[in-house]
Amino acid sequence: MPKIPLDEWIEALVGWMGDHLTVLFDFISSVIEGIVNGFTWLFMLPHPFLFIVILGILAFLVGRISLTLFSVIGFLLIYNLGYWPQTMDTLSLVITSALISVILGVPIGIWCAYSRGASRIITPILDFMQTMPAFVYLLPAVTFFSLGVVPGVIASVIFAIPPTIRLTLLGIQQVSGELTEAADAFGSTAPQKLFKVQLPLAMPTLMAGINQTIMLSLSMVVIASMIGAQGIGAEVYRAVTQLQIGKGFEAGLAVVILAIVLDRFTQNLFKSKKRGA
Amino acid sequence: MSILQLKQVSKLFGTQAEQSVGLLEQGWNKEKLAKEKSVTVGVNRVNLSIEAGEIFVIMGLSGSGKSTLVRMLNRLIEPTAGEILVHGQDLRKMNKEQLRKVRRQTISMVFQKFALFPHRSVLENVEYGLEIQKVRKPERTEKAMKSLELVGLKGWENKSPDELSGGMQQRVGLARALANDPEILLMDEAFSALDPLIRRDMQDELLELQETMKKTIIFITHDLDEALRIGDRIALMKDGAVVQVGTPEEILTQPANAYVERFVEDVDLSKVLTAAHVMRRPETIMPDRGPRVALELMRERGISNLFVIDRSKRLLGVITAEDASEAMRSGKTLADILITDGPRVHPDVLINELFEITSMSKVPLAVVDDNDRLAGVIVRGALLGALAGENSPKEVSPNAENTAG
Repeated sequence: MPKIPLDEWIEALVGWMGDHLTVLFDFISSVIEGIVNGFTWLFMLPHPFLFIVILGILAFLVGRISLTLFSVIGFLLIYNLGYWPQTMDTLSLVITSALISVILGVPIGIWCAYSRGASRIITPILDFMQTMPAFVYLLPAVTFFSLGVVPGVIASVIFAIPPTIRLTLLGIQQVSGELTEAADAFGSTAPQKLFKVQLPLAMPTLMAGINQTIMLSLSMVVIASMIGAQGIGAEVYRAVTQLQIGKGFEAGLAVVILAIVLDRFTQNLFKSKKRGA
Repeated sequence: MSILQLKQVSKLFGTQAEQSVGLLEQGWNKEKLAKEKSVTVGVNRVNLSIEAGEIFVIMGLSGSGKSTLVRMLNRLIEPTAGEILVHGQDLRKMNKEQLRKVRRQTISMVFQKFALFPHRSVLENVEYGLEIQKVRKPERTEKAMKSLELVGLKGWENKSPDELSGGMQQRVGLARALANDPEILLMDEAFSALDPLIRRDMQDELLELQETMKKTIIFITHDLDEALRIGDRIALMKDGAVVQVGTPEEILTQPANAYVERFVEDVDLSKVLTAAHVMRRPETIMPDRGPRVALELMRERGISNLFVIDRSKRLLGVITAEDASEAMRSGKTLADILITDGPRVHPDVLINELFEITSMSKVPLAVVDDNDRLAGVIVRGALLGALAGENSPKEVSPNAENTAG
């Protein structure tokens, strides 16, 4: 029995997309690049010390004193070790992928909640996205978007968007039937029901999804650096390939600090919202 | 005309639901439909007419289809067949826009587990129905506050629902439903999740509110006591069909079939029957007669006391045989021996409240109407007889002419 030429088909498809959809990819590329550069510009605008002071104030507003201390000391350490610009690059990349994931993921999650057909199609695609080894779609991403930060963002979004979609869907499904009935019984339109009842009640679950998305996109920074995304991931990658154990540890530590700060920030952001409600 | 009319309303569940409605009419029963068509009968050809201003109770055990039925009245569940007429307009023929208007303005609902929005304050919950109609903030706050005041929750408006007890949460649910000023209130097991004592209080309060509101209330319950307490009329459901519709008395005293009979046999009659049910025809006398006539009358009827009434049947008091013979010897008149502070009750008083009164009094209990006119008399034996399930002789008529004189 002859082998199914799946590899050839995929290559043909990718080749066709590369030839015919360049305008689309160029557009996406410039938008993403613009966002990333915008964030980087914003983060590099103040002096690192001023940035840390602002971070500390924000940390105090959303969390407790422990988060403030950790953020300030952690970022001072990053500055001291000399990874400040790389960390800001990575922060921009992570925030951009998280932003795109939320902008795309939340509506897709809502769509799945309303349409059983949509959720039947999208759920296996999500499984595919999460389990397919990242390197496999790194190559087409490079084909379409060339080297640099953009394919890194694309790869991060593909890897990180599933939790946002899944937990948006789950959050809406978890809203008790009696509450949606009540919303209907008083004559809500579908958007009123969504925005006044379902989404507010799904918010805790949805925020957990966004938190996971941020963490997953952060875990992609080293892989993204292989296709030319600048940032702390590139430092890790370089240290590993050159067997510089000490430097590798320093850069890795910067990733960890960034991860913990981002995680606690998003978690506390949600909690303080809930307290206020 | 009835405010709400149901004609042959059915709800079948299953992929072949639509096609199976006809089979129901051909006499297929629930079991046969389930077995041969995999169709579950939720509600089976229900016909009801609900009048404006009445509390209409739909009662049945779980699985009898009562919750499905009430959800079809605002189309939270789409009926499979039949007509649901609200003010003569068929709910099923309405488009989404018209249906929303009915839900916003005509029919409100109170839920078993309250269904309050936990992310909104008490006031915001009550405002919800007005908010989605885009009523301006000051106006809707005013209406919501009025509604909260009505249910006795003034001062709690800024609390979160989960800070409130169950009874108070359901008051919020009621206030939310009333804020729209609907004509029809659907209450789905509204008090079932509450403690028995709180439930009693809520029932009383609902009745009190209804005195002034005069809404049409459709109340779902599985609790017969509750149905008998608050219902003007009761529909008893079994297997999706209505078995009997009637006033609480009719359900109790004239059960339509063995099922209803079994359903009502455990009823605590003392909570249902009123003084009017157990009173007997009173023996009376005019005050201008002498003690001798009174004694003679008592001897003749075999009783030991007489009620004294005036020409317009107003109760003046009661005399005993003992006092009458004493009066005859000493030459007193009936007015001299009249006991005026004997117990009097209204015909609507429940008989479980009568026991205490009768046990403390030497003279029989007089049942008088709003104008103090004597309607009947209650003796202890009749009370016990009624509880034992004997049908009390309902021969009393207020105009019975058996007054001596």
